[in-house]
Amino acid sequence: MHEYSIVASLIDRVQQEALAHGGTRVHRLHVKIGELAGVEIDLLKTAFDTFREKTICDGAELAIDTVSAAWACPTCNRSVAKGAILRCDACGQPARMIHGDEIILERIEMEAPNV
Amino acid sequence: MCETCGCGDPEIVPIEVRERILSDNDAQAAHNRSHFEHLGVLSINLMGSPGAGKTAVLEATAKAVDGRLKLGAVSGDLATERDADRLNASGIVSSTITTGSACHLDARLVHHALHHFPSNESDIFFIENVGNLVCPAIYDLGQAANVVALSVTEGEDKPLKYPVMFQKADLVLLTKVDLIPHLDFDVGAVEDALSRVMPQARMLRVSARTGEGIDEWLKWLEERRPARTGHRAHHHHHHGDEHAHEHAQEHQHEPQ
Repeated sequence: MHEYSIVASLIDRVQQEALAHGGTRVHRLHVKIGELAGVEIDLLKTAFDTFREKTICDGAELAIDTVSAAWACPTCNRSVAKGAILRCDACGQPARMIHGDEIILERIEMEAPNV
Repeated sequence: MCETCGCGDPEIVPIEVRERILSDNDAQAAHNRSHFEHLGVLSINLMGSPGAGKTAVLEATAKAVDGRLKLGAVSGDLATERDADRLNASGIVSSTITTGSACHLDARLVHHALHHFPSNESDIFFIENVGNLVCPAIYDLGQAANVVALSVTEGEDKPLKYPVMFQKADLVLLTKVDLIPHLDFDVGAVEDALSRVMPQARMLRVSARTGEGIDEWLKWLEERRPARTGHRAHHHHHHGDEHAHEHAQEHQHEPQ
């Protein structure tokens, strides 16, 4: 259940940004979560709904953009299908993850009268 | 003016962040890593299910090392100090990180443990994570390498079921291989599963009970030991005073 600790970090970060920008109330957070990030989306939502109360994020919406996992050869860029052996068919190089392990805070929409 | 959702509320502004949510942990992990590197210590994050044999592998490692290298360890444990007691008895200088209900170690917990660690002289330092194949995988602790212990009694499909853990592994230790004659365990099947989730799949078969494979594991560790940097003599921890130890540059502590 590390989703709770991720939400705690998320709210801390939003708090810092709100301080830096004179934000008074957060309306929406946009986060990006990769398919192979090791984060369970439903648990993340539950954790956010629980932890946001009485913080700067009270009442804020969590908008989650999920990112599928993709692998490719670092040398010839040939893609390696998910579930396949993670090695390039053509040159034998170990594949590299192109995307799919993101745990990213993209954007905060907040009321900031002074910005 | 809100340009994102079109709600027309003039006071809502979008703040672009585009950073990892765990950036605080990442920064603390970078601090730990520079700590290990300056001391010339090889740090290993050892992960695996409860009962995979993490502690037993370390005991067997200490036995095989036979005093030739100084080994240190911190063990993440929910409620007891049993692992650290076992490791201390085997000759590994150890302490416990009691996590309470937390399912993983994070870089801050490791940093705190390092400040209170009884020795600063380890050649290899093991961070024995909480037994769990999910949560520990996403927290960088400042380790040089991730090692996952997978026991033969857990079944061949674990890498496919827990891809995040195995994808981040530098090495998988297939443990308890002395039990294979008693099981329907197909080593080829686990190798195949690993190759589909781990780009540079590397697995060693070990048995803490018979000592099989422990020499190869030691060789793997030896190959990764950093060269001595000469910083060790100048890098003392003063216990009881959290932040009195000397740091090289770019070795920042977070503000108090």
